[in-house]
Amino acid sequence: MAALSYAMESAMSAVRRGLEPLIPALRRFARAFTRDAEIADDLVQDTLVRALRGEHLFHGGDLRTWLFTILLNLDRNRRRGLARRPVLAVIEEVEPPGAPGSDGSARDISRGLGLLPAEQREVLLLVTLEGMSYREAADTQDVPIGTIMSRLSRARTALRAHLDEERPPLRRVQ
Amino acid sequence: MMPRESPITDEELHAYADGFLPTDRVGAVEEYLAAHPDTASRVAAWRAQAAMIRDKWGKVAEEKVPERLQPDRIAMRSRWFGRKVAAAAVIAFVVGAAAGWFGRDFLLGGSNAEIARALADAAVEAHRIYVAEVRHPIEVRADEAHLVPWLSRRVGQPLKAPDLAPEGLKLLGGRLLSGPRGIAAAFFMYEGGAGERVTLTTARAMREGETAFQWRAAGDIGAVAWIEGGLAFVVAGPAEHERLDRVARRVFDAYEVASNEKK
Repeated sequence: MAALSYAMESAMSAVRRGLEPLIPALRRFARAFTRDAEIADDLVQDTLVRALRGEHLFHGGDLRTWLFTILLNLDRNRRRGLARRPVLAVIEEVEPPGAPGSDGSARDISRGLGLLPAEQREVLLLVTLEGMSYREAADTQDVPIGTIMSRLSRARTALRAHLDEERPPLRRVQ
Repeated sequence: MMPRESPITDEELHAYADGFLPTDRVGAVEEYLAAHPDTASRVAAWRAQAAMIRDKWGKVAEEKVPERLQPDRIAMRSRWFGRKVAAAAVIAFVVGAAAGWFGRDFLLGGSNAEIARALADAAVEAHRIYVAEVRHPIEVRADEAHLVPWLSRRVGQPLKAPDLAPEGLKLLGGRLLSGPRGIAAAFFMYEGGAGERVTLTTARAMREGETAFQWRAAGDIGAVAWIEGGLAFVVAGPAEHERLDRVARRVFDAYEVASNEKK
């Protein structure tokens, strides 16, 4: 193997090269997670800045997981700042009338997601929207896989209850 | 439980819904679902949720990536002020705290204990708010000689930025916070080895007298507040009572020494 500096050089360019194709997915996740296009892109921008500045901190492994971890950490800071008005983001969600996906059910899913604790929303979106395996989600959140499973399970249960409530109750079993 | 229960775990149900189930288990799960309509409808609901999520946000990835998110552009900007931004980001985060709250709580009066309590709550609140402010630089860095004289002048009393190195904290810099009714507060920010930040906010007390140290915690942020020698102090940081208490004592001592020297 070559000298350390060479290894670092190549790690850096690997990050830069690997980064670009992942940006659309980061935007997608951030949009769903924050449900606000502007905030989402800010978050992605901060993530990229952080990643490019900390290229040397990337010790190989999965670049996607690393980027999502950065994004989640930054978002945690962001939310801490917004802790006093968590509901606002949901209420203020504005969608152009007639835009695709702005039908009732999508609005429900959006609001339902907004009601989930962040950790659960993260897992649900990493798995369903980003297609991450449970292992990858666990690496991203830096928790054991069992935690992922329980978060996923709770997210789905809560979301189901929410969606059932939104709809006129056709039937109420049990 | 009865033996009719199938050895299908919840994990497997999720994996089935998400398409991660090993193919040799799919048959068993589907068989189970066929026999358990409640579970089947639960799994169907999960899948429907996932479909709604993908319907609504999947297409974001097809949008054109805005200019400001192009890595080349970001890399260039990073090179430009990389170091400065890094420094500022570290420093900035609790900055600016008291703009509103000093005026609000401070002038309401009440006993010194009440004032100190209100300050501590406000400092915790400010800590929370400004943790998100990673991009705004502080006004004056620690290595600029006019930091302390300037803040002292504005607060109207000689201040110190106590040396907290024994607590593993390094002064990053400071800022003037000003309340709506002209109350000026000095805001010093320190950083520890693990990147944790502790802030010291100081303003003139409205009346003479002193208080004991008052501990306040809200979630992961804690604060110690007190009034002494015509000044009100709040030390805020990660909610480790003992450490913040030690920090507060060092600050207290630093001011004590200063006032004894004057005598």
